[in-house]
Amino acid sequence: MATPSWQADVYTALKAAQIRQIGYVPDAGHAHLIEAAHADPDMHPVVLTTEEEGIALAAGAWLGGQRAAVLMQSSGVGNCINMLSLPQNCRMPFLTLVTMRGEWAEFNPWQVPMGSTTQAVLGAAGVHVRRAERPEEVAEMVAAAASLAFDSAVSVAVLFSQRLIGSKVFVK
Amino acid sequence: MSGANDGTLDRRDVVATLLRDPGDLLVVTGLGAATYDASAAGDRPLNFYLWGAMGGTAMVGLGLALAQPRRRVLVVTGDGDMLMGIGSLATIAAAGAPNLAIAVLDNSRYGETGSQRSHTAYTTDLAAVAAACGWRNTATARSMAEVAELSPRLRRESLFAVLRISPEEKPRHLPPRDGAHLADRFRRALGVAVD
Repeated sequence: MATPSWQADVYTALKAAQIRQIGYVPDAGHAHLIEAAHADPDMHPVVLTTEEEGIALAAGAWLGGQRAAVLMQSSGVGNCINMLSLPQNCRMPFLTLVTMRGEWAEFNPWQVPMGSTTQAVLGAAGVHVRRAERPEEVAEMVAAAASLAFDSAVSVAVLFSQRLIGSKVFVK
Repeated sequence: MSGANDGTLDRRDVVATLLRDPGDLLVVTGLGAATYDASAAGDRPLNFYLWGAMGGTAMVGLGLALAQPRRRVLVVTGDGDMLMGIGSLATIAAAGAPNLAIAVLDNSRYGETGSQRSHTAYTTDLAAVAAACGWRNTATARSMAEVAELSPRLRRESLFAVLRISPEEKPRHLPPRDGAHLADRFRRALGVAVD
């Protein structure tokens, strides 16, 4: 599968923002970023068992003078809620990129409940949410989100819409 | 609520031993009594105390250890926090951080909430879990002589150690609880704060 150029641009934006650690629970929509992180000797890619680990990872990175980003899909947002108190209490930056499921031609109904509440749940937990719909806006949005997170020490999520990443195709 | 398999070590003595002459050791402590124990052993800017974020202590240690590969990082936490973050034992082993060690103060109890039994009181051996996750160095201490042996290893190895402490509760010794203050003073002491 060819990598859409916007995904390569997102990795470039993360590098420009001096991200040195990437924690992730895999999603097909993040596949390029994960591969790029593993191919980059200056990046620490960390595969997580659950998304909340990534928030704690990012807090530790910040304590140690590095910047981290966490990749997850919308279903993982629900695993994160209490851990979001960590960057908020400690006035630390937190940046996450979230691929959306359950909102655009979704085949799997189990993705729908969390997908339809992701944005509201993040907002209620104090996270600034941006939403990317078009390929040409994604990298700029990630760069701006990183600036907001790291310069203003707040939590920021960029949602990649399911229409943008493409629906997962299930074949019977 | 005592049990036949309870540990006997005095938690304050254990932590005082682990944190003696800390030098530039970077310390992350888990919510509840582990934080109080570290505070009682001597508050210092390079102690980062969690007062919440249960389950996250070991992962804070990993992010810190990856960011500071030339410094030693010691996570000191309880069995309840480690159980909630049990998956992080797999994550840390897979990531590999030779400068990170974890000491679990295991009293087999949720001490902050009325001393209810935890999984380690029933069936779970956290050192065995860590070994199965890929930690090559694991140990369990049941005597102060064993704690004294493990203490220097926690400063030089990627070691996961379980310290079998008594369920006895100690007076609370409260360090600062403003997370922004704790993070800021830690980063300043480490020399990574800017502006």
